[in-house]
Order: sequence, then structure tokens, then C-alpha cells
Amino acid sequence: MSALEKGKEHVDTGSSSSAEAAIAAAAANSGSNSKIRQIREMNTEEKRFNQEEEDEEENGRGREAWERTYADERSWESLQEDESGLLRPIDNKTLSHAQYRRRLRTATAARIQKGLIRYLYIIIDFSRAAAEMDYKPSRMVVVARQVEAFIREFFDQNPLSQIGLVILKDGVAHCLTDLGGSPEAHIKALMGKLGTSGDASLQNGLDLVCDLLNQIPSYGHREALILYSALSTCDPGDILETIQKCKASKIRCSVIGLSAELYICKHLCQETGGMYFVALDEPHLKELVLEHAPPPPAIAEFAVANLIKMGFPQRTAEGVISICSCHKEAKVGGGYSCPRCKARICELPTECCICGLTLVSSPHLARSYHHLFPIRPFDDVSPSALKDFHKLPKNCFGCQLSLLNPGNLPGPQVACPNCKQHFCLDCDIYIHESLHNCPGCESLRNSKTISDMEE
Amino acid sequence: MTPVSSKLYADDVSLLMVLVDTNPYFWSSMKNTAFTFPKFISHVLAFLNSILLLNQMNQVVVIATGYNSCDYVFDSSTSSMQRAECLLEKLEDFVDKDESLSQEDSVDGIGFSLLSGSLSMALCYIQRVFRSGPLHPQPRILCLHGSPDGPGQYVAVMNSIFSAQRSMVPIDSCVIGSQHSAFLQQASYITGGVYLKPQVSDGLFQYLSTVFATDLHSRSFLQLPRPVGVDFRASCFCHKNTIDMGFICSVCLSIFCKHHKKCSTCGSNFGEARKQDPSASDQRTSDGS
Repeated sequence: MSALEKGKEHVDTGSSSSAEAAIAAAAANSGSNSKIRQIREMNTEEKRFNQEEEDEEENGRGREAWERTYADERSWESLQEDESGLLRPIDNKTLSHAQYRRRLRTATAARIQKGLIRYLYIIIDFSRAAAEMDYKPSRMVVVARQVEAFIREFFDQNPLSQIGLVILKDGVAHCLTDLGGSPEAHIKALMGKLGTSGDASLQNGLDLVCDLLNQIPSYGHREALILYSALSTCDPGDILETIQKCKASKIRCSVIGLSAELYICKHLCQETGGMYFVALDEPHLKELVLEHAPPPPAIAEFAVANLIKMGFPQRTAEGVISICSCHKEAKVGGGYSCPRCKARICELPTECCICGLTLVSSPHLARSYHHLFPIRPFDDVSPSALKDFHKLPKNCFGCQLSLLNPGNLPGPQVACPNCKQHFCLDCDIYIHESLHNCPGCESLRNSKTISDMEE
Repeated sequence: MTPVSSKLYADDVSLLMVLVDTNPYFWSSMKNTAFTFPKFISHVLAFLNSILLLNQMNQVVVIATGYNSCDYVFDSSTSSMQRAECLLEKLEDFVDKDESLSQEDSVDGIGFSLLSGSLSMALCYIQRVFRSGPLHPQPRILCLHGSPDGPGQYVAVMNSIFSAQRSMVPIDSCVIGSQHSAFLQQASYITGGVYLKPQVSDGLFQYLSTVFATDLHSRSFLQLPRPVGVDFRASCFCHKNTIDMGFICSVCLSIFCKHHKKCSTCGSNFGEARKQDPSASDQRTSDGS
């Protein structure tokens, strides 16, 4: 701690030389004893300090990567002092909560119809460029890891949707897995096909996906998510024509770049209504990929409303031996049987391999309902309302955590616009991101009856 | 109370969230049977005490599921020694408050209690425990429920169930009334909890202590009641019939047993391109909330 304070003193009192700051940061964060001593000496002997500064300037150029991360982030600048000069813990919580609120507001600002039945192809660039090591251990491994997480999250949020995988390699595109609803099958296929070679061809990828997505029923939302590592595309023909073809087939193409922004990707996304982002680092990449998991707003002309015939299979009796139609193996009990053709299926949701009926269970439908009935964002409690805090509830309605800061002053809190109950910031995030229920509204019958009547 | 960080949580320390159904209409319907509310509470109290005796670090939180509201009635980590008195006092306050909130004079039938509210509260509390650090007691939820299911709560209850499933919190359910609860059957099945409907309600304490008192770690060594086959068939919105095969609206996922030209829920016309009118499913949400 003393090293930290010393480091800060330097920045406050001394020159704004970045080299000096870098030393302070390096010393403060790595806790290297020799450097702390150096700084202490500098503190007293100005002359010697100047000399040392020059030395460090030279060293600075050849700074190691681990030192640079401290120097570049300038973490010492976010330190705050309280009245007595002690270091205050950095209040990341309210900061990150503010960011989350912004996200929430943009997401729910416009109540728009969402495309719940999605047919998504993930196009993964495994060309030579994916072997680059700027992401550790390599772009390919990082992308594969993020795609795995994405597939799981996608099926959790869109149980009625399907995913397919396409890989770009050696100038051609090939379909790794067909559209399907089983996360494990996709992940297994992807992990078995890791390896990079040749060039990437955006056009070939789009052509393939276009042909594949043209076969799906009209009510589905067609999407392509492209994870592009290369800085060029090696195409056999005119890619602009292909982009127009995608647009005509109503495929929403989104691209996440791993290297730099490419005009052709940007053009593709603009034309087809998708999103184009370039990832800065691995956490950012993860954030960008997962942004595609919740259903996107539906574009009215893109998908035609229709009634879909679906079956709700019952569990087969325990202990009955039958051959399942999906794996072609004899299994004992624990499966489902298709209500139309009575074929045995191992897991839901799926499409019956014999008669092609979409098979789901009622919880799968219920899993999507929260997209249709989102709960309203909670309001921040204004500072003026916080002043007469005797009237305010002392505990968070959800988790009973005290809403008072040390010193018995009310801390940051939010209130539901409907039931007026107060919640702590953590509960706010949990309620909106995972629970999708307001505990306050749910535990008041009167509010329910009012909303029921309006419905 | 010792700070959480200094506690050494082993894998058999549990946090038990008990949701107690206090629906007065349900309990008055039980009057002519031998099993009344005071009897029920005495069984529950004995059970809570035995949980706290099993492991000194076990924690019990009781949430009352009322007819008009839900509230926390007891938390063993904050209450002092007189547990039973404390709980009964808070419970009585709650029942009075719940009654004063009532707007209707008479209710046809038993009416449902607010299961979705108490489930949501319990999950919020569990998230707080998860946030407290890497070492925390193993949470589980036990619903002691008697009222029939409220159809209007379906979406909210399902949301709670999926959230519990994602955070690996099992929902155990013990149904006291005469009929099975489809909500709780699904909840226990999806989250991997135990669903039980005692044959003899007078022996409730024995059921509770033999089935629901064991911690999650020890459950793998026991022969607990097998999950019943849960019927995951859906019922159609038009006739409320349970169906094997049906039609789903691609916009709002409403279930119909026959082919319609227009969706009665969201108003979209099927088989032709829609105009850019706001769908009624959105209107529903904006009106309803």
C-alpha cells in the first residue's frame, strides 16, 4: 500500500513524464523492492532522479510486455483519496452498473417484435490468418472457444432455433454441420476440425450459406454470423453480386472482425441489416459474440408469420428397449416418441428423422416467452428522494441486503416503476438478465389483476 | 454472527429456503380434515429446528407465500435464540397484513397463492449468497405448497424455474393439498429436485425429515422418491385441451389445436406477408406491465 501511495504522490507532485509514471506503476503493481527503493531515493534527491529518468527512458523502449500492460492501462490514475488522505477502494460496482443500465435501456427502449425462430449459420474463418498469435494462444483457438460458449448460450435463449457451422479454408467454404438443434453435435464437430490453412473467401462462404438458407421455411429468420480473421478475401467472382443475392434472400449477415476493419465486411453488414464490429481483445470478442445470442429485432418483411406444425412427444415408459432413430442404437427407456410416426427420439427439441415433424416440449416454448414479455427497466432513485431516507425501505426487496451505506445513509438503489419496490444494484442485474420476473410485482396480487384486466 | 469469510463451508452445509403457503382460503378448506394450519406450522417448526441441528452452519430462510403478498418471515442468520417465537410473531404479522391487502370480499374456490413472487424472492436471496464469495452454503428451495396453480402465473413461474436451473439450484416440492401441482412437478423435474405428495399428511414431519432434510451432497447416496413422469405436452390456447400435435404461431409462439387464419393472441395473419403494423404481442406487454 505504501508503494502505491508513493507512486501516486509522484504523479500528483512531479512532472507528467510518462516514463516516471511507468516506473511508479511498475513498482506499485509488481511490488519489486528494488524499484520502490529507487523511487524513494528519487523522492529525496532530485538531481539523481533526473539522471535515472533518462536511464528509465531508455529502458522504457525495451520494456517487457508484462510491464507495458501496467504502463498502458495507467491504473494508478483511477486511485481515489478520501478526506483523510487514505486510499479509497475503487467503486467499480456503480460504474459497471451504469454501463449495464445503458445497455439495458438501448435493448428495451423500443418494444419491437423479435425473431424467435432463427436459422443461423456461423461462418468461421480458419484461413492462414487465423493462425496469428495476437490472441493467445492463437486466433483459431480463441474463436473456437468463443463459438462454443456462444452455441450453448444461443440454444439456452433460442430453444426453437437452429445453428449450422461453415468453415472458410484454402479459398473454399465447406459446411461442417448442417442446421441442427443439438449444441453438443456442433461443438464436437468444431473441436474435431481445428486447423488453419490457405486463404479465406468471403464470397464462397456467403454463396454456400445463401444456398443452404434458401431451403428453410419462410417463417424462420435467416442469419449468418461471420467471424473473420483475414484482412483480404480471395474470391472467384464479383462479391458485390453475392451481397445483393444475400440481401434478396433476406439473410441478415453480421461480421465480427479479429484484425482490422474491412470495407467489404462493413458494406455487407450495411446492405443486409447486420452488425459489424472489430474485436479489440478476447473479453471484447466474447462480448461481441454473445451479443448475437438474444433474438434480434424482427424485420417485418424478412419472415412471414405462419403456423408451424409441431409435436409434443411424451416420454416413453421406463425399461422399454427400443432403437432410437437419431443414433440408430438400441436403448433402454428414457426417450421420447414422435406423436406422428412413433419413432424413438433421445432428446428434445429436434426434428423427427422419420417424418420431419418439429418436436418440442412445453418448457421449450416457455423459455422464449420472456423475450415477448420483457420486464421494464427499473428507475434510478433520485438523490432528492434519497434525502428523506426515513421513508425509504431499508432493505432490498429481493435479497434483503441492507440498502444503507456505512453511516446509515441510503446507498445506490433502483425502484420498479410498477410496484415501487426498491432493489439493490446486484438484484437489478440478476432480475433483468436471468430471472425476467420482478419479485415485487409478482408478490402483489393487485398489480397482477390490473395487468390481467388490461390484457 | 461470524463473518462469512471466516466460516469454513464444507460441501454438506446447506442454505434452505422454505416457501410456506399461507393462503387462507386453502387452509380454511382444510379445516374439515384433521390437518390444520397450526398443526402444519408445528411440523414445519420441528423440521426447521432439525435442519439447524444437523449442522451448526446450516442456514434457514422462511418466505411466506400469501394470497395477496409475499414476505420474508424468518432468517436464521439474523435472528436471535428464540427462533420459534420470532418466526410465529412475524408470521402472524404477515397474515394480518396479507388479509388487510385483500380487495375482494369473497373468492370463488380456493384461489392460488403467489408462488412466482416467493420463488423470485428466494432466487434473489440465493444470488446474494452466491455473490458473498467462493465459499457459501449449498442453496436449495423447498416449496411447502397446497393451493392450486394459478394459470396467470405460468410465465413467471417458468422464468423462475429456468433461472434456478441456470444457477443449479434444485427446487424441492412437498404438496400438502389433495391435488398434484403441475407447476411444482415441472419445477422439481427441470431443476433436479424432489417432488413429493405425502400420502398421510399427519406424518408431514417424518416426510420432511426423511426426504427433504438431507443436504445435496448426501442425496446421491440415498434412494429418494423417483421423479414422476412429467407430462410435457402443451395445452392449446383455444380450447385448453392437452394436445400431442399442434400449430405454433411463429411470431408469439401461441399454441393452437387447429389451423387458423389469424393468430388470436398477436393478430398476425398467417401465410401472407404482414404489413408493418405493431404486433399485438408487443401491445400486450406495453399495456400489461
